[in-house]
Amino acid sequence: MHQVLSSTPEGIFTINVGPQHPATHGVLHLVITLNGETILKIEPHLGYIHRSIEKMCESLTYRQFIYVTSRMDYLSAHINNHACALCVEKGLQVEVPMRAQYIRVIMDELTRLASHELWWGAMAMDVGAFTPFFYAFRERETINEIMEETCGARLTMNYMVPGGVMADIHPQFQQKVKQFIAGYKNKIAEYNELVTGNVIFQNRMKGVGYLSTEDAISYGCSGPVARASGVACDVRKRYPYDVYAQVQFDEIIETAGDSFARYLVRIREMEQSVRIIEQLIDNIPEGDYQAKTKAVLKLPKGEFYQRVETARGELGVYIVSEGGTTPYRIKFRSPGFSNLSALNEMAKGGKIGDLVATMGTLDLVIPDIDR
Amino acid sequence: MDNEALKASLLPLNANLTFEEGGEWVNVFVPYNELKPLLKTLQGEPDLYFNYLFCLTCVDWKTHLTMVYHLTSLKWQHNLVVKAVLNRENPQIETVCDIWKTAEFLEREVYELFGVEFLHHPDLRRLILTDDFKGWPLRKDFEDPVNMIKL
Amino acid sequence: MLNTISFEAIKTAVQQWLNMHWGPHLAFIAECILIGLLVIVFFALLGLLLVFMERKVSAVMQIRLGPNRVGPKGWLQTSADTLKLMLKEGLTPDGADKFLFNLAPFLIMIAAMLIMVPIAFARNFQIWDINIGVLYISSIASISVIAILMAGWSSNNKYALLGAMRSGAQIISYELSAGVAVITMVMLTQSLSIQDIILSQQNGWWIFKGHIPAIIAFVIFMIAATAETNRAPFDLAEAESELTAGFHTEYSGMKFALFFLAEYINVFIVCAVAAILFFGGWMPFHIGNWEGFNHIMDYIPSSIWFLGKTFCLIFLIMWFRWTFPRLRIDQLLNLEWKYLLPISLANLLLMTIIVVLKWYL
Repeated sequence: MHQVLSSTPEGIFTINVGPQHPATHGVLHLVITLNGETILKIEPHLGYIHRSIEKMCESLTYRQFIYVTSRMDYLSAHINNHACALCVEKGLQVEVPMRAQYIRVIMDELTRLASHELWWGAMAMDVGAFTPFFYAFRERETINEIMEETCGARLTMNYMVPGGVMADIHPQFQQKVKQFIAGYKNKIAEYNELVTGNVIFQNRMKGVGYLSTEDAISYGCSGPVARASGVACDVRKRYPYDVYAQVQFDEIIETAGDSFARYLVRIREMEQSVRIIEQLIDNIPEGDYQAKTKAVLKLPKGEFYQRVETARGELGVYIVSEGGTTPYRIKFRSPGFSNLSALNEMAKGGKIGDLVATMGTLDLVIPDIDR
Repeated sequence: MDNEALKASLLPLNANLTFEEGGEWVNVFVPYNELKPLLKTLQGEPDLYFNYLFCLTCVDWKTHLTMVYHLTSLKWQHNLVVKAVLNRENPQIETVCDIWKTAEFLEREVYELFGVEFLHHPDLRRLILTDDFKGWPLRKDFEDPVNMIKL
Repeated sequence: MLNTISFEAIKTAVQQWLNMHWGPHLAFIAECILIGLLVIVFFALLGLLLVFMERKVSAVMQIRLGPNRVGPKGWLQTSADTLKLMLKEGLTPDGADKFLFNLAPFLIMIAAMLIMVPIAFARNFQIWDINIGVLYISSIASISVIAILMAGWSSNNKYALLGAMRSGAQIISYELSAGVAVITMVMLTQSLSIQDIILSQQNGWWIFKGHIPAIIAFVIFMIAATAETNRAPFDLAEAESELTAGFHTEYSGMKFALFFLAEYINVFIVCAVAAILFFGGWMPFHIGNWEGFNHIMDYIPSSIWFLGKTFCLIFLIMWFRWTFPRLRIDQLLNLEWKYLLPISLANLLLMTIIVVLKWYL
């Protein structure tokens, strides 16, 4: 960490953390006011990766703007694309064929698994255990290979289009995914043995970074951060889209509100994702993979909002349309933005060593926050 | 509550409400100087209980600016969109930071992109752009000959 | 034939040759110089070997390959790294205390080398079998704390000083538990001299003969040893993602290499001490009075026994590093003062009772 130190006589001083981290959270600059070792206030300085995506999208057509959104929360690229496609379909009132819906949900859940894997590896590395990082990437590599074979890219997949998916899944897709899932449950058990059950790890995480239920709601937190504080806000359950209404899975809620609760919520979410994929992978119906839509899309005049559950929380896409081929205004409600605003609340009063653990469990992806 | 019931329960709260038809959720327009009391009531009223502000943004309609607040109630599962029209030359509105803490960052973002001044905001300065940035980028009349490429 | 090419035989042969040709005084001086050179060479080779071992062991645990380009299967990697460090610019910060800044790395190496003196590498192959062997090792190990504090202080860097103080506090605390664990074993052997300790394990290693208290002492000693050498999970002072970068931040070039090397040498030393106290040093694996079995075990040279045990324990310490997350500084000191020290004192009491009542095997 880069530190610049200036002190006032009372023993209160400010240090900078970032924008370059050894802990791969992205370019986040925190100005921390300390009294000795205790944190008094944290102020995030954002914008190091601001690319003005919202303004850019005002000059891109409805088919084009989806590709830019993969770069927002690049770890849940599929889910971002899915949100945009759903919003456009809401405007066009297009019915997506069932086959496309199944494929989309399977891809979403695979992406969620990959994102949580990277979170787990990076967080364990922050706390000092170096080996889980490699184990996480071993799993992620398999998912990336499946993505590459189906969509052509490993990170920014651009597979979802308004109306369905861009191309049909290839013949070995189901078999590869089934193979991956079959070995996966043992992996989660391994992770639990290696990290979750480790006493040192639990001591680092329990009681650290507490966020109460009222604060979680007031700060607009969503996703695992809110669910660990007892807020039931899983978009897949409350406002289901595609086939989520027909799939059986649990919404994981913990009430402790500390870093360990956030950790447990994500680990259990991984198990639920596996459950969802298992239910869907054998039953992909035949049919079209894309609904028939015009070549040039024009949304009618009006406003459309679509929310999805990314690996980080609730992503909202708000399109204001004037009837043309490009949106008049797009706003992306990013989950990381609101989760980050709660960091001050969680970390103040704690020590610097605890800040690392807290930030690890927030799972921030800065391009998602800066857009 | 469904949309009709929501509309019915909103009407007594303020005399100057107008509704916009055709959306997925109830869209209600309120004059900007009466926005804050309405939002406070929306949050506090036990039947409405909009405790979650999930989107706060602004749209530039060339003749005026519109502030858009998306609210939801985690308890009753209903959603509402509240809008306020602002004067383009001098856009000012009361902050809602004390009602929902998430507004602090969201309003800073709207301030730096649109130039809307939020009265009584604890720390109104640029968040994502550099502190010395000139202009309000997301307004429709923002010109930047160096960085903006018109196709 | 194996007896003629053992270390012991080489040593006696060299001593005889020197005494014959040069007379007793000159021979003594020549021996001292020879031993000094041997220790330095041994350190250099050991350092190279241990760093390479760490990288390969960590690679295997992390499902990757580790260095495999430089030299056959990567064996020359550490030599290349040492060469690079020697050629790097050694930067001294502006306001640093030059004398102490330059002295600190040497002091830590001197401490490590002095500890080598009583360690027995093979049968009758010790530099000096001092009668207070184990006590000598414990006391010289404390000198390294001075070197660390010197390094942190003279760097003229608030964060280096903070890291040095934390490191110093950690080492001093854990020396207590390690010392009590050592005393527990000394009670069994009733002698501090290394030779006596090893010879008393003629019919079985202490970890088996001393059963429960010896096993507890072993576990405590390994934990304390990991903390004393600043290895994970107790490596807060040198961790990158924590705030302070450690006492050796301002060091570069060869001086940094000396600190880095000293860490690995210290690991070797504590594992050697553990091997001597608990596993018999160079004593082969004997079971009581089974003459035949013992005779077969004696065929394996004693130096192989010693190095084998030490390297197994080093592997264990490396295993800890790549498995466990890091402890916070307050959790670390908590562990020592609230758990390890009381347990080791209670264990000492237990061992006393066992020795007095002669309940050991």
